[in-house]
Amino acid sequence: MAKLNIKKMNKNFRGQLITYAMVIIAFVVMQILIASGSVSYLLQGLMVPLCIYSIVAVGLNLCVGYLGELSLGHAGFMCVGAFSSAFFTKCMLNTGMNETVRFLLALVIGTLTAALFGYLIGIPVLRLRGDYLAIVTLAFGEIIKNVINVLYIGRDSRGFHFSMKDATALGLEEDGEVIVNGAKGIMRIPSQSTFLIGVILLLIALFICFQLVNSRSGRAIMAIRDNRIAAESVGINITGYKLLAFTISAAIAGAGGVLYAHNLATLTAQPANFGYNMSIMILVFVVLGGMGSFRGSVIAAVLLTMIPEILRGLADYRMLIYSIILIAMMLFNWSPKFVAFRQAQMEKLFGKKKKEAV
Amino acid sequence: MSFLSYLINGLSLGSIYAIIALGYTMVYGIAKMLNFAHGDVIMIGCYVVFTMTNSFHLDPLASLGIAIVFCTVLGVCIEKIAYRPLRGANALAVLITAIGVSYFLQNLALIVFGSDTKSFTSIIEAEPLVLAGGKLKIPVITIVTVLSCVVIMAALMLFINKSKAGQAMLAVSEDRDAAQLMGVNVNNTISLTFAIGSGLAAIAGVLLCSAYPTLSPYTGAMPGIKAFTAAVFGGIGSIPGAFIGGILLGVIEIMGRAYISSQLSDAIVFAVLIIVLLVKPTGILGRPIQEKV
Amino acid sequence: MKKLLSVMMVMAFALSMLAGCGGGATESTGAGSADAGSVFRIGAIGPATGAAAIYGSAVKNGAQIAIDEINENGGINGAQIEYNFQDDVHDAEKSKNAYNTLKDWGMQMLLGTVTTTPCLSVAPLAVQDNTFMITPSASSPDVLVGPNVFQVCFTDPNQGSKSAEYIAENKLATKIGIIYNSADVYSTGIKDKFVEEAKAKGLEIVSDEAFTEDSKTDFTTQLKAAQDGGAELVFLPIYYQEASIILKQAKKDMGYSPIFFGVDGMDGILTVENFDTSLAEGVMLLTPFAADSDDEAVQSFVQKYQEQYGDVPNQFAADAYDGIYAIKEAAEKAGVTPDMSAQEICDAMVAVMPEINIKGLTGGDEGLQWSDTGEVNKQPKAVVIKDGKYESME
Repeated sequence: MAKLNIKKMNKNFRGQLITYAMVIIAFVVMQILIASGSVSYLLQGLMVPLCIYSIVAVGLNLCVGYLGELSLGHAGFMCVGAFSSAFFTKCMLNTGMNETVRFLLALVIGTLTAALFGYLIGIPVLRLRGDYLAIVTLAFGEIIKNVINVLYIGRDSRGFHFSMKDATALGLEEDGEVIVNGAKGIMRIPSQSTFLIGVILLLIALFICFQLVNSRSGRAIMAIRDNRIAAESVGINITGYKLLAFTISAAIAGAGGVLYAHNLATLTAQPANFGYNMSIMILVFVVLGGMGSFRGSVIAAVLLTMIPEILRGLADYRMLIYSIILIAMMLFNWSPKFVAFRQAQMEKLFGKKKKEAV
Repeated sequence: MSFLSYLINGLSLGSIYAIIALGYTMVYGIAKMLNFAHGDVIMIGCYVVFTMTNSFHLDPLASLGIAIVFCTVLGVCIEKIAYRPLRGANALAVLITAIGVSYFLQNLALIVFGSDTKSFTSIIEAEPLVLAGGKLKIPVITIVTVLSCVVIMAALMLFINKSKAGQAMLAVSEDRDAAQLMGVNVNNTISLTFAIGSGLAAIAGVLLCSAYPTLSPYTGAMPGIKAFTAAVFGGIGSIPGAFIGGILLGVIEIMGRAYISSQLSDAIVFAVLIIVLLVKPTGILGRPIQEKV
Repeated sequence: MKKLLSVMMVMAFALSMLAGCGGGATESTGAGSADAGSVFRIGAIGPATGAAAIYGSAVKNGAQIAIDEINENGGINGAQIEYNFQDDVHDAEKSKNAYNTLKDWGMQMLLGTVTTTPCLSVAPLAVQDNTFMITPSASSPDVLVGPNVFQVCFTDPNQGSKSAEYIAENKLATKIGIIYNSADVYSTGIKDKFVEEAKAKGLEIVSDEAFTEDSKTDFTTQLKAAQDGGAELVFLPIYYQEASIILKQAKKDMGYSPIFFGVDGMDGILTVENFDTSLAEGVMLLTPFAADSDDEAVQSFVQKYQEQYGDVPNQFAADAYDGIYAIKEAAEKAGVTPDMSAQEICDAMVAVMPEINIKGLTGGDEGLQWSDTGEVNKQPKAVVIKDGKYESME
């Protein structure tokens, strides 16, 4: 029994190392290629978004793959992280604060705000099950987007002003500045997200997730996923563990949002970037990469973000082809018949029977 | 009087949500999947009617018939190609495939019909009813929409409770394996469900575009999501639930916009949804989830 | 099974990375030598897919016509133009990708981006790289972040205040209702300024109602509010797709017919396929472009557009056409040649931009001129729709 356990631990540990190594190697290779000038501007510009989507996908995988709850509202947490951090950065812009310190603080603030929202939303939401939980997370995500679109915050010598009507209702003095301007969002945010920061954050997110799922709490979370009643009967604090996983998942999405906010000069809450479409896109990464596999999430996020860019040559047909690829990949990866076929081929090739993953 | 006219507008919008939600809820009840492509089948249905009436100058009702047939076939094909191979796989995998199908239909329409908005001619052209000395006007399409919604719901209930195929559907939704053992052809039953759901989508689409006459490749997306919300609101899988959920959602949306804030109408709708689900976690008419130990 | 999956994904990933790198490498060398130096490379960015695709394709086609004309007539300073349009799905991040794709291709001037939000993310990049950029239709003043960014369209505040002025001066109404899109930068930009200016001019705003991207099918509530407030004029700072529903619901379903007053986004309403133009009767709008104008250049443009693309062009296509001609004019005046780098071209063209004056399709009688901040100076024309056609109101 003990032997088996050690073997299992080792295997887990090896899996973690492979994942970290994969990220680091990809980073080093890309850095060398960029330094040698053989990488297109397109690919260089994609590095930060790839990190962002990988981070959010890892966070969502914790929620979907390990907690077993379908969330369609993670774009909302990204949105909260993005706006709170960008708001902080804008406020601190002319105070002479060191840029790196300011960005790190923005990162902490964005992550914590998203975690707070995750916690507060998690309390009511996690009482629900299955598709009902999914729709309520979707509802929260849409509410966040809608409210931010009518939120106006300005600042002048008398302090902060706040309105949900329009910018003139703020009643700012002449020298006042509108920071959050409703649908126009936050403008002229310094671009501080870099590939290096993105990769470091991705590694931290992976580390936190791996540590969590391999800890006592992680096993409790998986027990809840596999059989809630049995878990409850052995005295596991269901609500507490669910909240823990959900909050961490939201915080990681928030960190992705901070990177997002500081990658483009402008930040608006549109259906395309913080609506349910984005939540669903991230879910696609998680499901395609394999639920419960953080490495898979990273790979799927990278792959699916790159495909539309690689297909640019197809002009108008690009998104059509993308959708066909998506359907084909899903069928290939998940269809029971395909899976059986692939396994049969593998047996033929390697002549040994692979153990079914549990 | 304002209140009454808001209520009527709410009922009209709500009935359209309800018809779309009926399709969602049927497919969910029987195939246990969220068919995110449902909204886009609606859009395809509208384009078929539009092409038939404008390019071939067919009678609107004949075009509607063609659209129903077209959508039915489309729905069955989608099920065969994209969803059936995934039967037995994780429910989320099917959900993602449905999203893929949704992207596919939108982009196909974009290429075939172009990105420009088309104006849809209402299938019913008549003067609005004038009541209360001109203070209250009710468009005829509103009356038609509400009536069709009630008729469709009643017909569906009858079909499911009285016909053999309907009973088979019920059986499959209760317990797929047991139904199979009792000699129900599960594949055919699911195909039939998709056929009915998609046929309804064509009707919903025509009513949607008759009341709100613009048509673009993304026409179906938002009503689709709203109808999905409505289906959950009423208790997903329940046919009267979809009806009630749809109507309520439409009325709340209009009332919220009229009396609270037009900027925050989406937030209001979703907030009400959240409150309802917190009080009744499986929707208004949903059955409580049974826990097996 | 999981392992197999990840192995396969890694392989696919590596392949795609290679494809990405390889493609980039060959393309950048291609731009460095080969045919570079003999042609001008003009890039354009806009939504070709997604809900805003209609604006992107209009710009794509309008610019194509201008470029074909120029190439037929001997090009810019004797050099032909190569044209590359990239899709941005109306998303800031995708727009940046599109910009980088064009940069890899060797773009020397940029026509774009079509929509405002993506433009706000691309403009700083163009400023940083010092690439000449002229946006046909991103109308927020905030996109003008540097000396090398120019606009062909009016700015939003400009339209808002012009509309209010026009209504007040011509005494069209004193009680005004507004319906706008609160999730859209363009719409809120015009509306904010309009409200400010209308108050200053003594107009009374009786209803100020919004809709969002997620609820733009039913407008009866907003119309009812205007009707109950006794609005004699309803101001619609929105695009024509929504306006077509508003007109139908107001006139057919509610029997409510105030004056409807639109801005340049309203242009195009008469060309919506199958639209009952009698509903638009009496609608007023300020627009720089009218597809059925008697102007010779406009007629020739409209004819070409219809032959090639089957639709009547809207103001986006016209702005794009003018944008390309502005590039041509500035490039000729500055005497740039295709073998210059994008930065050199940019410096030379920025210097002469305030001096050029092109007639254009949207310039009216005075033509188009630019200030050194990048804003265009042209007069909006007030037109009223009569018998399914624009009629000048002067």
